[in-house]
Amino acid sequence: MTSVSSISPGSTSQDSECVFHVHAVSKSYKSGDISVIALRSVELDLRAGEFVVFLGPSGSGKSTLLNILGGLDTPTSGDVRFRDHWLSQADDAELTRFRREHVGFVFQFYNLIPSLTALENVTLVTEIAENPMDPKEALRLVGLTEREHHFPSQLSGGEQQRVAIARAIVKKPDILLCDEPTGALDFPTAKLVLDVLAHINKELHTLVAVITHNSAIAAMADRVIRLRSGEIVEVTQNARKASPEELVW
Amino acid sequence: MRGQATAIALVIACGVASFVSMRAMYLSLLRSQADYYTQHRFADVFVELKRAPDWVAERIRQIPGVAQAETRVVMDVTVDVPGLQEPAVGRMISIPARQAQGLNALFLRQGRYLSPTGGNEVIASEAFAEANKLELGSELRAVINGRWQKLRIVGIALSPEYIYEIRGGGSLFPDNKRFGVLWMSAETLEPALNMKGAFNSIAVSLLPGANEEDVISQMDRELDSYGTLGAYGRSDQVSHRFISDEISQNRITATVIPAIFLAVAALLVHLSFTRLVNTQRSEIAVIKAFGFSNWQVGAHYVEFSLLVAIAGYLLGCGVGWYFGIKLATLYAEFYRFPVLVYRPELHIFFLAALITFVTAIAGAIGAVARAVSLPPAEAMRPEAPSRFRPMIIDKLNMPFISPALRMILRNLERRPLRALASAFAISCSVMIIVVEFGLFDALNRMMEVQFRDIQREDIAVTLNEVHSARTQFELAGLPGVIRSEEFRAVPVRLRFQHRSRKTSILGLRENNELHLIVDDHGNQLSLPLEGIVLSSTLAGLLGVVPGDRLSVEVLEGKRPVRSIVVAATVDELLGTNAYMNLCALNRLMHEDHSISGSLMQVDAGKQEQLYQRLKQLPAVAAVSIKAAAVNSFKETISRSMTLSIGTLIIFASVIAAGMIYNGARITLSERSRELATLRILGFTRREITFILLGEQALLTMVALPFGFVAGYALCAILAIRLQTELYRMPLVVQPASYGLAFLIVLFAAIASGTLVSRRVASLDIVSVLKAGD
Repeated sequence: MTSVSSISPGSTSQDSECVFHVHAVSKSYKSGDISVIALRSVELDLRAGEFVVFLGPSGSGKSTLLNILGGLDTPTSGDVRFRDHWLSQADDAELTRFRREHVGFVFQFYNLIPSLTALENVTLVTEIAENPMDPKEALRLVGLTEREHHFPSQLSGGEQQRVAIARAIVKKPDILLCDEPTGALDFPTAKLVLDVLAHINKELHTLVAVITHNSAIAAMADRVIRLRSGEIVEVTQNARKASPEELVW
Repeated sequence: MRGQATAIALVIACGVASFVSMRAMYLSLLRSQADYYTQHRFADVFVELKRAPDWVAERIRQIPGVAQAETRVVMDVTVDVPGLQEPAVGRMISIPARQAQGLNALFLRQGRYLSPTGGNEVIASEAFAEANKLELGSELRAVINGRWQKLRIVGIALSPEYIYEIRGGGSLFPDNKRFGVLWMSAETLEPALNMKGAFNSIAVSLLPGANEEDVISQMDRELDSYGTLGAYGRSDQVSHRFISDEISQNRITATVIPAIFLAVAALLVHLSFTRLVNTQRSEIAVIKAFGFSNWQVGAHYVEFSLLVAIAGYLLGCGVGWYFGIKLATLYAEFYRFPVLVYRPELHIFFLAALITFVTAIAGAIGAVARAVSLPPAEAMRPEAPSRFRPMIIDKLNMPFISPALRMILRNLERRPLRALASAFAISCSVMIIVVEFGLFDALNRMMEVQFRDIQREDIAVTLNEVHSARTQFELAGLPGVIRSEEFRAVPVRLRFQHRSRKTSILGLRENNELHLIVDDHGNQLSLPLEGIVLSSTLAGLLGVVPGDRLSVEVLEGKRPVRSIVVAATVDELLGTNAYMNLCALNRLMHEDHSISGSLMQVDAGKQEQLYQRLKQLPAVAAVSIKAAAVNSFKETISRSMTLSIGTLIIFASVIAAGMIYNGARITLSERSRELATLRILGFTRREITFILLGEQALLTMVALPFGFVAGYALCAILAIRLQTELYRMPLVVQPASYGLAFLIVLFAAIASGTLVSRRVASLDIVSVLKAGD
């Protein structure tokens, strides 16, 4: 495991390029005859190299927002722009290309391909990426060089999640979207995984967006965005980013 | 599950349809034949002879075991059919002036029976009349006893003796345009043929329990001095022979092909249900937790599989019934039955139902057993995550294999039995298609060997009796004849030890070019100057090998009995033939250079002129035109085989498609989470589809060569099983047949792949973000 222990001031990323513009975004779902509003007029900018944590209880709309940022869903109204990609109007093929070129995903339940080894899971993504890093390098970054020939069923939860992170970063994405990345892990393992995320954010200057309902994680973010009932209720700029070792829950 | 249930139902339907149609067709032929024979009193024993006075018939009637004996005059004559350039052969058969309860009774399809003072009235066979568009009142001209006579058609009829209307003597396919039967009143025909008070053919019916062989040998003794060609039973009667062969072939195919289809259906049910049970583990657990018993849960799945089976069964019965009628109608064209009995045979449907339900239950049972054996608590948990470990492909160390291909290979390797079962089912489809085309290839090869390699003449002229060599010069001098080679055909009974066989020896002149002796591989055998050459089928029947000495009982003229050495055997495809050098045959017969006819190569431009002359030559009994025979063969094949081959190919394609579709659907349901994850990671639909269908594509590719090999093997088995005395099926499967099978299965695979790939679009990719393993 690579040791990471850097504390960055929140202000450093404020000067960086703004990559995501979210303007007046609303999203509603039809559930039977009832219309459920998941997001209401959300305004948000995300900058390159930023570490952002979205906090909120179930049903607050944080997953919906992540889906829209990740190009998995489109808003009912409003605009979402990633650099020169207008995601709000994009069709399936454009969204796929956007995800392929710019986004790395980390899932709560890892979602590794069980029939592929750790290294192959990572390599699989390099086949569709334009300028990927060496898959072994990606595994080295998450500290799993020695486990590269293991199948997911032979790895612990934390190891699996680190493979998932390696898979997400191997294509050198502009943004790493993590949906409850520690939700299925115990405390020490979760800290290891968060350590890797912080390291990636620092070393590769990747915009990392983590959604979680675990408020302890908020301490390691540059910015903390709280949602409730589909609205952003609070944005906090951390004066100091805590290192994952400092976190307690 | 709707799509999968539909696929299973369709595969079952194909199995049931093939069973119902083929089985019904088989029974229909069997019953039509039996009914017809009974109602029209088809004779049991037949004999042709040179000439015997009427009172001899009484002696035949006295033979113990004979119920009824009817004499008649039968003669093949040259017929001039309006609208037909070349001469046709009419088989004139005398019938009583008044319709009586005789043997081989005619079934009048149109018109009337002959009037008592009929004169030139004839009744024509239906196939001949139809082929030449002859109607009631149409007139023909025939050379009867050297004189042209006008014949007027007053009736069109069928006879149990000519259900399959061919001339005999080696021809395999009907040429209804150029050969037909004409029945004429005995009072008119006998004197016209110089047969007043005499006969040259007898049909005999036997008493129940009579020994046919005894009657035949007694008849042969009685008729020995009247130039008998030897009495024979139904089994050697040409039309009966063909139909019986056809019926027994039908029985073989009606068993083999549905069995294959239904076995595949059972496999498919099993694979699909195993998967269904796996996806419904938690529902099963909940139901069991509520207190439902194993039996109730099991019954639910069995009911479901039966529901699918019933749907397939009903569809299969409908389709099978429809194709059965189509096939029956087709058979009616070749086999002239008054009524083709095609009635719903309840027991077929019952048997089909039984087979279907056994198939469905056998297919579902393993899956159901697993479903009910799970304790509720365990079933409530999701199925254990797939465990993979390094497998063969990893040991082979092939770094160039992409991860996507690795996924496909590892998944196949992890469930080897399932992969095998799928590949097996697909290769069954390939096999059936290869076999169907292979049968077609075999027939084409038979035609090629017969009409290209062996019979090289344009026309064969048969004389009405044995002529001297001078006639050959006359024939050679006819207009348009480029080359002419005389031949001698002698009807004989060959005998070796206790075995004997009726055939005719064909005497060909030395260095003949128009009729070669060619084996099934196309190798030519030059006719030895001495001794007899037998087709290997005939040699097998007689149990002789080259060097053995045969006894030859000549069945014409002075009927000498000689002996001759078997010089060679030849693996011929058609018939039970015997060949000799013409001079050697003449010597054997103690005759001067004598001929029975001539083979001719003809200038196409002068054909019409030649036919006109041949029609006028009284010595000419028959003219066979090779091109006409080839066309008739081709037409018969294309008409009779297109439907049956087409139907089976459609069934086989449905099975391949059903298998591939279900395989892909199972993959999709098992791996939707994986595939959705890949979509999120930026894989396009096309790339996902590749991974989804790659498994099926690979299985199909593996199944194809196995299907080819199995198809070839089944062709080899069928070539032996479908062999009759009349012909041997050559074992040939052309590359094009494999190619077509490949294309058809590929098309079925692509079609079902396309259906499944549409579901990739509807993968719920967002849900996998939240769902745990």
